[in-house]
Amino acid sequence: MTLLEVEAIEARHGLLRAVRGVSLSLAEGEKVALVGANGAGKTTLMRVIAGAHPAAAGRVRFDGEDVTDLPAHRRVGLGIALVPEGRRLFPDMTLEENLLVAGRQARPGQWNVEAVLEAFPLLRPLRGRRAATLSGGEQQAAAIGRALMTNPRVLLLDEVSLGLAPVAVQAVYESIAALISGGATILLVEQDLARAIRVADRVLCMLEGSVVLEGSTADLSREQITDAYFGLRRGAGAAGAP
Amino acid sequence: MTWLNAVVQGVCLGGLYALYACGLSLMLGVMRIINLAHGDITVLAAFLIWVIVDRWAVSPFIAMLTVLPVMLIAGYFLQTTLLTRSLRAGPLVPLLTTFGLAIVIQNTLLQIFSPDVRSLVTRAGAISTASWHVTGSLYLPGLGLLVLLVAVAVLGGLDQFLRSTGLGRAMRATAQDPDTAQLVGINASGVYARATAIAVATTALGGAFLAIRSTFDPASGPTQLIFAFEAVVIGGFGSLWGTLLGGIVLGVAQNIGALIDPQYAILAGNLVFLAVLASPRGGLLAARGARA
Repeated sequence: MTLLEVEAIEARHGLLRAVRGVSLSLAEGEKVALVGANGAGKTTLMRVIAGAHPAAAGRVRFDGEDVTDLPAHRRVGLGIALVPEGRRLFPDMTLEENLLVAGRQARPGQWNVEAVLEAFPLLRPLRGRRAATLSGGEQQAAAIGRALMTNPRVLLLDEVSLGLAPVAVQAVYESIAALISGGATILLVEQDLARAIRVADRVLCMLEGSVVLEGSTADLSREQITDAYFGLRRGAGAAGAP
Repeated sequence: MTWLNAVVQGVCLGGLYALYACGLSLMLGVMRIINLAHGDITVLAAFLIWVIVDRWAVSPFIAMLTVLPVMLIAGYFLQTTLLTRSLRAGPLVPLLTTFGLAIVIQNTLLQIFSPDVRSLVTRAGAISTASWHVTGSLYLPGLGLLVLLVAVAVLGGLDQFLRSTGLGRAMRATAQDPDTAQLVGINASGVYARATAIAVATTALGGAFLAIRSTFDPASGPTQLIFAFEAVVIGGFGSLWGTLLGGIVLGVAQNIGALIDPQYAILAGNLVFLAVLASPRGGLLAARGARA
């Protein structure tokens, strides 16, 4: 069953068309990776889905309902949660407060502070610490935990490994492994192609605001994705295209 | 002993300044809005209280409790109508909006109440003249202590509210990062409306004690705003305990200045304010509580 459906979304930053007519759909329990170079429009697309960036055209449907005109906080209430790029914890609040503040308007569900600390054991000794004093990996785990506190039906993970040491990335992915194998619906942006392929059922590759390649991770070769990533095949069939 | 007395009176006066500054500090901390109409809203509250006392001959404290919910609702609508739109247009526009609002309030009060000076000193009962003689020239003013007590209760209560309630946490989260707050399900404009409602409600307390303690007229607002603003800056932006401390520092500085020469009262306060502004930390509790 299709849970999230994005239809011909356009999004702008001023005059720049960051996302150009992107469509995608996510079935319940599916994991889809969004890959692409910097500036391809991945983050903007994620923010449009979450309601943090306005769509200039196109629709976003969630569980059959058109949510395009709903503000971000209402979409959270329906079950869309974005873990934003750069983690964006509330720096002067403690880890526990960061979790609690997200749980305030949560949908009913299994997640609470105790469940998050259970899922991310590395956070347990840090619950009283100010978020700004946590390491990058700890902050990332906290940001994912904070999103889980809203009991989402789809989790949007934007650049989980950005700016983290490889060992921290490993730790974060290990802690969300249970989540991934547990049937959660996830749309993730990931720079590390190997990791994206390992986690996701399906890959979408974006280039300059459009989806240039889409397929299941089983069918696509690493080379195909890399070519699409850098735009190498583009224009092969249409010489002289801009 | 005269000096000690000046400090004690200054601390009590500082409680009044902290009470004026409370709402200003809250709005600045949560929304980054400098409400230039804050002083005039305080005077408006004082006039509302005066009208109730004058018409129904009740105690100013009862009038204050009546005006409190009125100001709470007024604050809510001030945010949802004027300030939300202004905030959308950038950080400078709310400053202009509240400046305009200040002028509108001042002139409306002038139109209705004339420039006559008013006071509720005689209507507050025994408390306004009560004082306890400790030793020598040291006196404890009854009303001053009451104001200080109310200021500590209000600022401390608000601080506790921000720290330990769900809505308080939502306010702090929104203050630190409104964009991300919405991503965790917080309705930022709803939070802002509530913060402004609380901020404007506190002017009922400030206005009541302004009227009970001294005199006021439609043009009194800007002076209250300056003292409130100085208290906020001396204490450090966004820290409510800092605001209390800032108010007290300002009150003590003014009273010590007055002891040297009555002309120096306001000047001494302003000098402390400028010194804090020029200091590298900028505000006594600024570094720790900057975004509390």
